[in-house]
Amino acid sequence: MSEIDPQHAIHDIGGLSRFRCTPVERDEAPPDGFGKRVDALRQVLAAKKLMTVDELRRCIEAIPEPEYFALTYYERWLTSIGTLMVEKGIVKAEDIA
Amino acid sequence: MSVPLLAPGDRVLVKDDWPEFRGPAHIRTPHYLRGKPGRVVRVLGGFANPEDLAFARPAPKRVLYHVVFERPPLWHEGEAGDDVLVEIFEHWLQPVPAERQAA
Repeated sequence: MSEIDPQHAIHDIGGLSRFRCTPVERDEAPPDGFGKRVDALRQVLAAKKLMTVDELRRCIEAIPEPEYFALTYYERWLTSIGTLMVEKGIVKAEDIA
Repeated sequence: MSVPLLAPGDRVLVKDDWPEFRGPAHIRTPHYLRGKPGRVVRVLGGFANPEDLAFARPAPKRVLYHVVFERPPLWHEGEAGDDVLVEIFEHWLQPVPAERQAA
């Protein structure tokens, strides 16, 4: 398989040389106010049976590589939540643009 | 969980399949193992299939294994004896025919 294949989801990067020798992120800081609000949103949507963490993970990993690495951890969550809500027809893409 | 079809020591081949190129998919089997030979190390148990969970579909349990692979053929680095241990679901594994195992 070719080394650079943009169709691989971003979690599937094992063995790709362009990711070698990048430092391991050791940022285990607790979520800030933004992160807590995103997680609260996720929990409310889960309680309403509108999404699961497995769906959250799928749409995080579907974020295109350049955008993925430009976003912070909870920005990825929020992006994924938005994708899911549009996918399910709960909101329109233009409403959250 | 269904009864495991494979046992520790079995030679297997990871399916050379690319569902993510056919449409929306959520695959946990690493791309670098597709089509590669490995050996079952242990049965880990039955787990809901993440390929279904990711789309909020009913997710029957599938048997998950630890499978070991030689590292140099995968990544063109490392020394003989280096290996890579990966969790792989049964539906991604094919047994290697007995006549090829003897070779």
